[in-house]
Amino acid sequence: MKTPFAITLDVGSSLLNKTGSWRNERPVYLDRLPPCNHACPAGENIQQWLYYAEEGDYNRAWQEIMRNNPLPAIMGRACYHPCESSCNRAQLDSAINIHAVERFLGDQAIREGWRIEITQAATGKKALVVGAGPSGLAAAYHLALAGHQVTIHEAGPLAGGMMRFGIPKYRLPRDIVEAEIQRILDLGVDMQLNTRVNDIPAVMNEGGYDACFVAIGAHLAKRVNIPTPDAGRILDAVSVLRGMETDAEPPRLGRRVVVYGGGNTAVDVARTAKRLGADEAVIVYRRTREQMPAHDFEIDEALEEGVVVNWLRTITAADEESFTIEKMELDDDGWPQPTGEFETIKADTLVLALGQNVDTSILENLPGVTIDRSGVVEVGPDMMTGYRGVFAGGDMVPAERTITVAVGHGKKAARHIDAYLRGKTYTAPPKHELAGFDLLNSWYYSDAEQTVQPMLDEIRRQTTFEEVLGGLDETNALFEARRCLSCGNCFECDNCYGVCPDNAITKLGPGKRFEFKYDYCKGCGLCVAECPCGAIKMIAEEI
Amino acid sequence: MAHQQIKFYQTGTFTVGNRLLDQQLRTVQATADRSNSLDSGHRACQGCGEALGARFAIDAAMRATDNQLIATNATGCLEVFTTPSPESAWRIPWIHSLFGNAASVATGVAAAMRVKGRSEVRVIAQGGDGGTTDIGFGCLSGMFERNDDVLYICYDNQAYMNTGVQRSSATPGAARTATTQPIGDQPGADFGQGKNVPLIAMAHDIPYVATASVHDLHDLEAKIIKAMALHGSRYVQIFVPCPLGWGAHPQDTIKIARMAVECGLYPLFEAEHGEITNATKIRSRVDVTEYLKIQRRFAHVFKNPDQLAKIQAIADANIQRFELLSTVGNGQ
Repeated sequence: MKTPFAITLDVGSSLLNKTGSWRNERPVYLDRLPPCNHACPAGENIQQWLYYAEEGDYNRAWQEIMRNNPLPAIMGRACYHPCESSCNRAQLDSAINIHAVERFLGDQAIREGWRIEITQAATGKKALVVGAGPSGLAAAYHLALAGHQVTIHEAGPLAGGMMRFGIPKYRLPRDIVEAEIQRILDLGVDMQLNTRVNDIPAVMNEGGYDACFVAIGAHLAKRVNIPTPDAGRILDAVSVLRGMETDAEPPRLGRRVVVYGGGNTAVDVARTAKRLGADEAVIVYRRTREQMPAHDFEIDEALEEGVVVNWLRTITAADEESFTIEKMELDDDGWPQPTGEFETIKADTLVLALGQNVDTSILENLPGVTIDRSGVVEVGPDMMTGYRGVFAGGDMVPAERTITVAVGHGKKAARHIDAYLRGKTYTAPPKHELAGFDLLNSWYYSDAEQTVQPMLDEIRRQTTFEEVLGGLDETNALFEARRCLSCGNCFECDNCYGVCPDNAITKLGPGKRFEFKYDYCKGCGLCVAECPCGAIKMIAEEI
Repeated sequence: MAHQQIKFYQTGTFTVGNRLLDQQLRTVQATADRSNSLDSGHRACQGCGEALGARFAIDAAMRATDNQLIATNATGCLEVFTTPSPESAWRIPWIHSLFGNAASVATGVAAAMRVKGRSEVRVIAQGGDGGTTDIGFGCLSGMFERNDDVLYICYDNQAYMNTGVQRSSATPGAARTATTQPIGDQPGADFGQGKNVPLIAMAHDIPYVATASVHDLHDLEAKIIKAMALHGSRYVQIFVPCPLGWGAHPQDTIKIARMAVECGLYPLFEAEHGEITNATKIRSRVDVTEYLKIQRRFAHVFKNPDQLAKIQAIADANIQRFELLSTVGNGQ
């Protein structure tokens, strides 16, 4: 053996010593489900599109939204953003202003004329969509992208459903609605307005349709019986808001308007009345503010604009120029009970905003279709009704009634309809485990408070229908995107690669993340502890 | 500030890298081609702070010297776990002689390089706190006094870990070691003894003295790179938690270091020619209990309010003395 002086063994590198054998737990990379994605009714991959936006790649960010939701500019304005309510950053300083970034991307797409291309080959199958609301439009979009030929039949004179006839202009400008609808039609979707469908099988048969998605919404106003000598003074919220869109003259509500109800629609009508010149717009609601189904920020904005709310009151009767109101009090279970104390309120008009029912007549004669006791249509987990080939979604099926839920239904139904048309079944991929705040190492994130969107000044909010909430510009949209903690998903901060005392991680390069060298990893867990976003976990070794 | 603090790019400069930052603003450790001077397969315990600190420091020095670097090493964990002869985890020219003479050997290597006209080759001496503050202290002080062109790096884990966790002159008050057991009225190590070698080094009026911690990589690398840009004797002391000796979970190594700095017990500062020029501000101040409670060596302190108060007082005094709090608010 020839070795240098005074050395009896060959020299060698420590790489010969596979310290991985010391380990009884191993780290593994994983993607966890960020709470925003988990909360999104439209199933957007919010963390992913924020990731692209962080890099300033707005087009790619927008394309990522469009995989799940064809209406980002609308959604960035009208969605009640459950994503933000569940955002982990709220536990650090304040939630990411996700809807404002989405709106920025949606507006950018409209400004720049970004398009989605159909990449699937045409299938030759035809799909009928009944109703051009958010659900029907979303279904039409996804079906068109899947290569099917889509026709929408809409009973009304304009497309958009509740996005046009329910949400007032000052929250959702109509040019935005039109631009996003047009982009769907540009995919080759055929829109037939003023076309009411009464007999689905007949229309399908006549047009040669292979499947149908029904999403006609819920637009029959619920009524209560209020004794009155002049029924003309009692209107319903749906007709008022609809009249704002379709009638040549806005509805005449008078100088003093009372709105009965506590939902977002009630607030919308009161704010509309204020803008139409009412001196007094009063909301009467039988329970308390905490129990009001309307969203807090909408109530706040209404109050700022001079709307008055009378909580714990019901309307019991009407005479020539006033309404009788009974005070309520909450019982131990939190339900309002009458007190026998009455007051009167002078008003020209009463608008009922007590919720809406579904006009189920379109489906009643279809064999196998079930209408449940609350008057909505029952569908299976694949969104199919009891009648084979006819699917339904949106406000007409049992679910929360928001446009985001409707868009989610449209997507889900389209996936099942696509599978149905191809003679297959669609199985949703399994969901990742949730990335809770306790899995993050928040020390690493810079301090950065939420960016505030500009608001229209109050005088213009009381007199015009201009949009109340302004948008972000590129600088602050980028800032806001970069506040994202990227919960549960690697954003390549190099922490694991840097903090490994055993150099047991390989950096694979931009976009390719990292890999463990299990030959050398001793299983100390430092990478897991120091990963800011919770994208690594320890699992037991099989010994 | 020793390095440019990026205020906001999702994680600013707190993480090792940051895909939103320019390459030159990321750390050496974030690069795929870092030298990995201390390679895989070494025999340090799980979660070893010293192995981490040594790779951080030597990789940064390698970058700063264009890989023209020789290191001498005192006896201690760092020597034993990297180089059970004839096998070594070092990927740089490296020499070990005795426990106490790393500074003198480095002086000799630097002299040899000078004689050979290899002015581009730079020399680092390194060791643990035992080899630095106790056994090698005479050689170290001599090296400072002669202002030899060597950077001495002390990896401070506050006891003799290699031989079984005996007290060194860097062991803090109240800490349990094999030779300072938690018994009697004043359990653990005595207060008021031990040496603060960074301050002693400053008294030698050498060009550069700094303290660093494994939890703040940007700060650590900036100090090593700055030290390598200077000539003469330089001293950097790096705080490296020892999971085994301190009774801590291996995955908490960086957290312990972070808490030590954030509570004020381990001030990070720089000094040039005996004058403090910069102190790294505390980002989010915590009580010393946050630091102590994750280490078994301080478990008895929680039954001993006197000791706890003394430790908090040391932290508070450091915060005053080194001006560790930001003048604006308590944040960054």
